[in-house]
Amino acid sequence: MTAVQAPVGTRWWADPKYLIVLLITLVLVAGEARYSILGGYDRLATTLGTCIATEVLLSRLLRGRVANISSAYITGISLALLIKPQANILWPFALGGFLAIGSKYVLTYRGRHLWNPSNFAIALFVLVAADSVAILSHQWGNDLRINLVIWAFGLAVASRARVLHVTLTYVVCFVVLAVARNVIVAGPLLAELAPITGPMYQLFVFFMVTDPRTTVGTRRGRMVVVAIVAVVETVIRLAGDFQVSLLRPLYPSPPLLALAIVGPIAMWWDLHRQTRKQSVRA
Amino acid sequence: MPQVSWRRFFVTAAFAAAVAGVVALNRRAVGSVGDAREGIRLSEVAHQSGIDFVHQAPTLDPMLAHIAPHVAALGACVSVTDVNNDNWPDLYFTTSRFGAANALYLNQRDGTFRDVSAEAGVAELNQAGEGVSMGAVWGDYDNDGFEDLLVTKWGYPQLLRNLGNGRFEDVTERSGLRRWMNSNGAVWLDFDRDGLLDLYLTGYFRSDIDFWNLRTTRIMQHSWEFASNGGKNLLFKNIGDGRFEDVTDTMGVGSTRWTLAAAAADFNDDGWPDLYLANDYGPEELFLNRGGRRFELARAGLEDDSKSGMAVALGDVYNRGRLDVFVTNISVRGFLFQGNNLRINFMRELGRFDEIASGVVADAGWAWGAQFGDLNNDGLLDLVVANGFISADSGRDYWYAMSKIAGAQGNIFEDAKNWPPIGTASLSGYERSRVLLNRGREGFVDVAQEAGVADLLDGRSVALADLFNRGTLDVVIANEKGKALVYRSTAYPGHWIALKLIGTRSNRSAIGAEVTVEFGAVRQRQVVAGGMGFCSQNDRRLHFGLGDQRLGRVTIRWPTGTEQVLNGLAPDRLHVITEPSPGAQQR
Repeated sequence: MTAVQAPVGTRWWADPKYLIVLLITLVLVAGEARYSILGGYDRLATTLGTCIATEVLLSRLLRGRVANISSAYITGISLALLIKPQANILWPFALGGFLAIGSKYVLTYRGRHLWNPSNFAIALFVLVAADSVAILSHQWGNDLRINLVIWAFGLAVASRARVLHVTLTYVVCFVVLAVARNVIVAGPLLAELAPITGPMYQLFVFFMVTDPRTTVGTRRGRMVVVAIVAVVETVIRLAGDFQVSLLRPLYPSPPLLALAIVGPIAMWWDLHRQTRKQSVRA
Repeated sequence: MPQVSWRRFFVTAAFAAAVAGVVALNRRAVGSVGDAREGIRLSEVAHQSGIDFVHQAPTLDPMLAHIAPHVAALGACVSVTDVNNDNWPDLYFTTSRFGAANALYLNQRDGTFRDVSAEAGVAELNQAGEGVSMGAVWGDYDNDGFEDLLVTKWGYPQLLRNLGNGRFEDVTERSGLRRWMNSNGAVWLDFDRDGLLDLYLTGYFRSDIDFWNLRTTRIMQHSWEFASNGGKNLLFKNIGDGRFEDVTDTMGVGSTRWTLAAAAADFNDDGWPDLYLANDYGPEELFLNRGGRRFELARAGLEDDSKSGMAVALGDVYNRGRLDVFVTNISVRGFLFQGNNLRINFMRELGRFDEIASGVVADAGWAWGAQFGDLNNDGLLDLVVANGFISADSGRDYWYAMSKIAGAQGNIFEDAKNWPPIGTASLSGYERSRVLLNRGREGFVDVAQEAGVADLLDGRSVALADLFNRGTLDVVIANEKGKALVYRSTAYPGHWIALKLIGTRSNRSAIGAEVTVEFGAVRQRQVVAGGMGFCSQNDRRLHFGLGDQRLGRVTIRWPTGTEQVLNGLAPDRLHVITEPSPGAQQR
């Protein structure tokens, strides 16, 4: 959910784009006030500053105009919340911010970026910087109340932003597949359902998987893609349960890596298909 | 548009350089490793020394069978004492299975030890209905000149009075300490400075849990970060006549934050011993002692930094005359970087600690026991850290399975039945111990491999002592479900001085006494601890490396508050110092 177009005539404060900004700010403020989730304001300042500076610089450099920074703001806060590096190192926040926003300008196909920016940076860190960076070591107190508040606001904003179908499709798929995993691996069912009650999934279902700039054009297509993300996540999770060592780098964050794999492929396929259609019409 | 192409090329190159930068910086994160010239040499001599102790883990209620290796992964501990006052350190190890015997190894003064636990009456402490041993600390609670033994247990703690004739008497019942707890730590301190050692017992699991007769599986933490549903810590005041009184609530130190370790020292220089707690699933806690009348939970920069504290070690890292704090935590590649904490003490000036751990200090794996000690007598305190949690099937890893519930809502994983079965999997297993050489402002460097420490056992407890009275510190490590290791120092660098303190008005063990040794242009402070690290205790004799510096003034602040200044002490020897009577001349 990074850059949603407001319907014509919408007041700025009712623009879904700013509602999303408001929501992630709420997540940040509530989490920091209650559980000190940032681990230091220098981390937030570094990530946010890098994201916004990169957005301003690259948009001016490559597109001749300064882009709206709301997307960079959301990406910056997402990264500050999700990246949990080894003690006292700041470079993951600086490089993560630059790579996240930079991916929007470098990793493109037919003028569209393929990865959700924060998803790209996090997936990169998980795969090539696991000695330095973990994802969301903090769990926001494992507190049901704060999570319920965020879910309530998140669902309202997702509805307003017209991406609720994406969120709900993912949640339904996760639950169904969790039951399926439970049948396969035995063990407690709640252990399979447990992840979706955690904070990483809040950021995932409200700020990443719903990003309209990095998903396919049609409503049905988006639901199919997010279902495929859930399936790939399940494959990674089963590999974790059965100790498939080849996929071990993916275990720490199955949903984020599933999205990093599926998202750009779906995006590329959708853009490719649209181009072919336009060619045929022409 | 060639101009745009150049710009795009520039941006793409910068992007690629950033990716390369991530890869390069990630490699540096592994940390720095020192070389063999650093002067620390250790040789493992447990068997040659007559120590063949192997820890056995507890067996628990079948309701916990699916995660038993995880829950029952504690209890291997070692503490140092001088049980017969011969000025040769002895060792006490705990094991944790019903019927298995703890061991008291008496120093034979010839490089070997002899297990005298059976005749001493300190072996058979792991009995059904009574609980299993989880650690031990020594202190002369009755001031009769002999070190007494307090064994913490999952069950009833036991106080064993040293009769001075090689035998011990179980005085738990009449001391008032027979209270069922699931405790993994204890520390002796004289919080009210009345000359009698008081006792702080830490609670881990709730005290209503009997691990062999479970009534519920809802026994686990309700948060991985801010859990407060652990066992209650208890403070017992020594009221004389061999009896203790529970003053926990009136003194305000009944934390229920899953405390694994505690250390006592005067962190803010007000003359009263404070309590520093390492809590699992939560932030560390510092209870400041207000004149012996009550404790106050301090806001000292600790309250928001929630991790998995396992051990507390105290040491003057930069020779500033302060006691800094090292607390071990968990780091595991890809999943979790909590990082150990090295907190520099600015309590006197700023009312807080500053956390500065990085590199090898921060990331040691799943770290447990740790101790400061000058292993090469260069005048700087080094660090020994034991690592590794469960070493089982190396091809199977429980981290992924545990991560499924780790991010979830607390009421899910509070119930042990919702935990995925661990089976034969390892969990941060086969991790090596760290020997971190202190290079002052240049930071610490890991010299374990070069020093000769390469074991991959699941280390829990570390204790340091000059076991063979040679003027160099040796290292003892107790390993979970493994053999105890004795690393004998084989290097003899630098000058040193050791001090054994005997209290007269203070408690006779002199626990709580703080010694500041000045050498060269620096001064180093150490404290006589009634328990430190994780379920362990170093030799009460304080060992100071001096390097090639000239020894200056030695200042002792005794637990009662008396300050004694000693000049002209000879280096390279042990000095036995008895607390002066009031008005006595200082030398």
